[in-house]
Amino acid sequence: MTTFEDLDPGTPIAIPTRPDEARIARRERIRLLIRSPTFILGNLIVGFWVVCAVFGTLIAPHDPQADDILNKLVAPSGDHPFGTDRLGRDVLSRVIVGAREILIMAPLATILGTVVGTAIGLVAGYFRGLVDEVIMRIVDAVLVVPLIITALLAVVALGPSRITLILVIGIVFSIIIAKTVRAAVLGERELDYVQAARLRNERAPYIMFAEILPNIMPPIIVEFTARLGFAIFALATLAFLGFGADPSIPDWGKDIAEHYQFISADVWWAVLFPSLAIASLVIGINLIADAVSQSFER
Amino acid sequence: MAAPERRIGAIGRFLLKRLGLAAISLFLLSVLVFFAAQVLPGNVARRILGPFADQAAVEALNEELGTDQPLLTQYWDWISGVLTGDLGESLAYGVPVSDLIGDALLNSLKLAAFAFVMVVPLAILGGVVAALKRDRLTDRVITIGGLSFSTVPEFVTGILLILVFGLWLGWFPVSANAPEGSSFLTELKYLFLPALTLVILLFGYIARITRAGTIESLDADYTRTAFLKGLPRRTVIRRHVLRNSLLPTIAVVSTQTAYLIGGLVVIETLFNYPGMGRLIFTAANQKDFPLLQSGVLVIGIVVLVATLLADLLYSLLNPRIRFATAE
Repeated sequence: MTTFEDLDPGTPIAIPTRPDEARIARRERIRLLIRSPTFILGNLIVGFWVVCAVFGTLIAPHDPQADDILNKLVAPSGDHPFGTDRLGRDVLSRVIVGAREILIMAPLATILGTVVGTAIGLVAGYFRGLVDEVIMRIVDAVLVVPLIITALLAVVALGPSRITLILVIGIVFSIIIAKTVRAAVLGERELDYVQAARLRNERAPYIMFAEILPNIMPPIIVEFTARLGFAIFALATLAFLGFGADPSIPDWGKDIAEHYQFISADVWWAVLFPSLAIASLVIGINLIADAVSQSFER
Repeated sequence: MAAPERRIGAIGRFLLKRLGLAAISLFLLSVLVFFAAQVLPGNVARRILGPFADQAAVEALNEELGTDQPLLTQYWDWISGVLTGDLGESLAYGVPVSDLIGDALLNSLKLAAFAFVMVVPLAILGGVVAALKRDRLTDRVITIGGLSFSTVPEFVTGILLILVFGLWLGWFPVSANAPEGSSFLTELKYLFLPALTLVILLFGYIARITRAGTIESLDADYTRTAFLKGLPRRTVIRRHVLRNSLLPTIAVVSTQTAYLIGGLVVIETLFNYPGMGRLIFTAANQKDFPLLQSGVLVIGIVVLVATLLADLLYSLLNPRIRFATAE
């Protein structure tokens, strides 16, 4: 396991056969990537929310938790640009501070899923045979049920907590990613460099993690960015459904659920702004994911 | 070319293999669902009643649920019931689970069918247009816009649609339930916003696959030959490109079934529509383990059946499988 964690996707890993060529190709790809408009726009959006997550309470004009019952459900105005919610709390401040929870949980779940999924996919694709068959049958069985329903079942069984949410999303993602990685490994395992490593009598873990893994990083990176957006999707949805980890902190999905009943009374601001926050964050991540996958396709 | 009976044999073998895999998936799924619903909670009755409930009440409920029995007995009781059509009894409603699921499934099917009827032609059109205008602005707008909207959670899209079309413009009702005895058209009007939410969720993926399939067949040799023969562009696209590009689309539509059902949980809750998704949500909220457990299994069965149907359609349309000879 440690061997794999040492391999940061960002560090250049020389492909043994022709290191210079590979490095030039990679530099060219990164140069094109950081110039692509979708990548820039996506990073601006996500960067904005990361700043909100890190410095939330410092930027927010009001205390996001301070009740002010006399000024509840006030429409957007100078003092409260996004209005106030059902307890008189400032919606703008809650939107800003609400970025934190989801921007901590989603990457953790995605990293867990990517690390475990890559390991499972490598083992299944490299060893083939019975191991592969058993793993793929379990993968198929889990994929039959939508993630949200699997998560509901797990949260009900274990009780909502941060650990439960990260574990459930991470495990389901690992299964999806395992499928992608396995397919990539099947394409690599018959290639000369793998055969050569086998003839050198290298041990299987070395061949999997040090030889094959660096060559299948592109689909793994693409999966990671795409899954990150989906982790935010899932966490926001669970919070909206009332299965968030911590009901006491500002959370976009939960705030929307609590104010949904008021929209028929034309109190639109308490749901519209958190909705736009979620939409912009997932679209931002998706733009990055799209640019990254395009850059590998070239 | 193979003789007709061998052709049918090839399709039969292909489907038989798929059927076998589906049966294995279903068995594994039932084990996983059982594990999640009856093993993970530790003490099921304690989980339902909460930490402050009386120990005697917990024991009584465990006895009623059968959760005091050995695990293998519990699994056997549940699965043998499922196989004979007995899905257990709901804790919250006190009625057989199969009664609840029957109605809910039908309602969800109605909503999903409406969404599919809209999204499939739209997404195929979008994907083909994007492919024909490859790498130009139209293409980027369709692919990036479509995929961005599919990654926005359904409750966000749904709420934005409710705000704009339901409240501000007042064009559509915000609840999905048409009054009792209303006409088919009125029902469609009530179902429009929830269905549109699903359309937005699914459009991007289907369009993307259609685009990829169309580009592949546009680049293929047979398309070049058709153009070189001097056939008009329109004919080439209709007869040579579309036919081949729609195959992967069928495959992706079926893989979206699970995604669609996941979307229904939120959409039905949001629009207060009594379908399968809201039933699962209610069961989860009330810790109604028998309903939850059998409900999730039923969803798995629905997804597997949809996948099998897509496989059948795919194998009937795909000449490579249709004409495959015995190995």
